[in-house]
Amino acid sequence: MEPSLASYLALSGILFTIGAVGVIFKRNALGMFMCIELMLNAVNLTFVAFSRYYADVTGQLFVFMVMSVAAAEAAVGLGIIITFFRNRVTIDVDDASILKN
Amino acid sequence: MANDALFYLFAGLAIACAISMVYHKNPLYSAISLVGVFIALSCVYVTLAAPFIAAVQVLIYAGAIMVLVVFVIMLLNLEDDRPFNRLRYLYGVGAGLGLILLVQTLFIFYAVARSPKQPVKMDETVGRTLNIGASMYSEYLLPVEIVGVLLLMAIIGAVILVRRLNQPEIEKVVEDELTRRNQADEIGDYRISL
Repeated sequence: MEPSLASYLALSGILFTIGAVGVIFKRNALGMFMCIELMLNAVNLTFVAFSRYYADVTGQLFVFMVMSVAAAEAAVGLGIIITFFRNRVTIDVDDASILKN
Repeated sequence: MANDALFYLFAGLAIACAISMVYHKNPLYSAISLVGVFIALSCVYVTLAAPFIAAVQVLIYAGAIMVLVVFVIMLLNLEDDRPFNRLRYLYGVGAGLGLILLVQTLFIFYAVARSPKQPVKMDETVGRTLNIGASMYSEYLLPVEIVGVLLLMAIIGAVILVRRLNQPEIEKVVEDELTRRNQADEIGDYRISL
């Protein structure tokens, strides 16, 4: 017996929820970054599940696009984190308040 | 039957690793847990008859992105997250958001589970690399090219962001700063001598 489409969507929703809660709870910029990656993966899972159940290749193709965008995001995001660490010697997002005053 | 058992096994593994990722304060433990999530998800993709996406998941996410993250953790030499912060109301916001999203997930689960069963086309060949490549370079050529340009922009942006000034530029910046301070001092002296 195949697992139903609903169970794949439920898994994806649970992973997305964990990622979204993690983005708010984490104060470490790297931790937030990893939680965003988790949310992207949850969305990828819905794409692949729908692609399977509608027998359409488009979903899997756009998973590939999302992965490329995630790779680009990793390069730029980690660059920003390193620059921030160089200037402030921390990556705690609460300390990222230079623009406040 | 086997598919079902494998799905529940790897779904449980993915959720457990995701919770462990959010729970751990040390970024390195979080990164290792996230690798666990990625590998479990790639096994879930195999149960969805998408072998190409499963392979790419391991290569790009577990291979490339997480190695980059672990390298950055190593470079930055971080301490653990401090346990409490001054933005405590965020914990309430986070719990509320999580609750809303969970309720939404349950709603979607019931809505999809109760919807009338459509005749599912169980075409196992959709996820083959040949099919994906064929549609990638014919029907979806423009998105592929846009993604290529995006990756180039990301490379250039990352290099420019992380670049250090080279030695003459640093010396010039330091010299400018010193002359500026000297001038300020001279002006101060002048005022004092008056």
